Amino acid sequence: MKAILTVLGKDKAGIIATVATILAQNNINIEDISQTVMQGYFTMIMLVNLENSKIGFGELQEVVAKKGEEIGVKIMVQHEDIFNSMHRV
Amino acid sequence: MINKSEILETINMVQNEHFDVRTITMGISLFGCIASTVEETAQNCYNLITTRAKDIVKVAKDLSNEFGVPIVNKRISVTPVSLISAPFKGKEIVIAKALDDAGKAVGVDFIGGYSALVHKSTTSYEHSFIESIPEVLSSTDILCSSVNIGTTRSGINLDAISQIGKIIKKTTELTKDRDGFGAAKFVVFCNAVEDNPFMAGAFHGVGEGECVINVGVSGPGVVYRAVKEAPNANITEISEIIKKTAFKITRVGQLIANEAAKRLNAESGIVDLSLAPTPAIGDSVGRILEEMGLETVGTHGTTACLAILNDSVKKGGVMASSKVGGLSGAFIPVSEDEGMISATEKGVLTLSKLEAMTAVCSVGIDMVAVPGDTPASTISAIIADEAAIGMVNNKTTAVRIIPVPNKTVGDSVEFGGLLGTAPIMPVKSASAEKFIARGGIIPAPIHGNKN
Repeated sequence: MKAILTVLGKDKAGIIATVATILAQNNINIEDISQTVMQGYFTMIMLVNLENSKIGFGELQEVVAKKGEEIGVKIMVQHEDIFNSMHRV
Repeated sequence: MINKSEILETINMVQNEHFDVRTITMGISLFGCIASTVEETAQNCYNLITTRAKDIVKVAKDLSNEFGVPIVNKRISVTPVSLISAPFKGKEIVIAKALDDAGKAVGVDFIGGYSALVHKSTTSYEHSFIESIPEVLSSTDILCSSVNIGTTRSGINLDAISQIGKIIKKTTELTKDRDGFGAAKFVVFCNAVEDNPFMAGAFHGVGEGECVINVGVSGPGVVYRAVKEAPNANITEISEIIKKTAFKITRVGQLIANEAAKRLNAESGIVDLSLAPTPAIGDSVGRILEEMGLETVGTHGTTACLAILNDSVKKGGVMASSKVGGLSGAFIPVSEDEGMISATEKGVLTLSKLEAMTAVCSVGIDMVAVPGDTPASTISAIIADEAAIGMVNNKTTAVRIIPVPNKTVGDSVEFGGLLGTAPIMPVKSASAEKFIARGGIIPAPIHGNKN
């Protein structure tokens, strides 16, 4: 399954590295990535593929949410279908 | 890949605009539970519900996590109980308690379907069933009750309306220690729908399948924001904006409905897109109408604005889901809507205006508190007026009214949670007693005969 991972928060060094490390450790592939910084507010969106993931969806959510709290940003993972169904006919 | 602004729009809807799936409601047919004694029937109902719905809370939690959309309530609706309890006149409460216990055992928020369909006539077993409602609502916690007293096809059962006015008064008396809370779990319908997932009026219609998942989506906050972002749009453009927004939120409902049905091994039922407000700031239908250009909801122009809102929501919703059903439209429950509470306190939103509004929205006089000394015949007359609007306009109307014991105009009543706070609204003091006492059936309108 594919999911959208979003990071929202104040910009600082190492956010992408932190997230990418967690994903790499769990064999989760990043298929697309985009980011912007607007007035110091950081937004990153990743499309990730959990097909060969070592951990389940729920566990990934917990791990990244916890890491987000540590570094002061909000990290969410949502099934991509929510976006597909809302924005595509 | 979905673009960035679309992703952020979805996240913003949930985080800042109170977008949620209001309810996943599992409809369960109880016909197979009828046995030779009331005790055995009740036990069968309990067993069936606790088997069918045992995972509903867990599945809702999983879906909520995976998709990142809150699912506020988990509910069950059942076959109208008057059809199940028919052979057990006077003992209906045994089944009621079993349903309440079963709902609590699986952890749902409400169980609906303590209902009777008496739109053409009240049978002796339905009369007995309706008489049991006050005791049932005062001695159970999460069981909700409804009665359908009219349809466009059959007319309106004035005898039943007369009985129900007294039943509502008795229910509030029996729950007077909780400000008549029992009546907040009871709704009277004209043209009731069989697949409504919303409470207190949900029941599982006789034409439905054995086990069905119906989903109710909400999102007044999302619509409010969309309208607010278009301060100079004309009203046609506003209608388009609401349609597009309704489309998006209904699509989520459809997704959740399909997934929930699959995981719960049930039929995928309907999606009900109803703008259902909560008392939270930013989750109000009243404020949408004000954003459309009214100083205070309830003033002149409110009915027109609500008509636009209701119609646009339906049009957007129909496009988004292959199975739209339930009530689908805008709800106007006074106590549950922060904007409407405020307008009532200012004296702008009155019962008369609410009645006019119900001619163009999806339900009726909902969660309205009136003085405790309101006569039963006046309650019945309010129901008759609403039912007439529904019958003639070929739409569902409902009344959920609470004559709050020992309170009067100027007081307010706090029901807590999603049910909110209601300022007591004045009713007209002139009597309708003679009209209600006449009884009989109000004949169906000519356009009810469509064949």
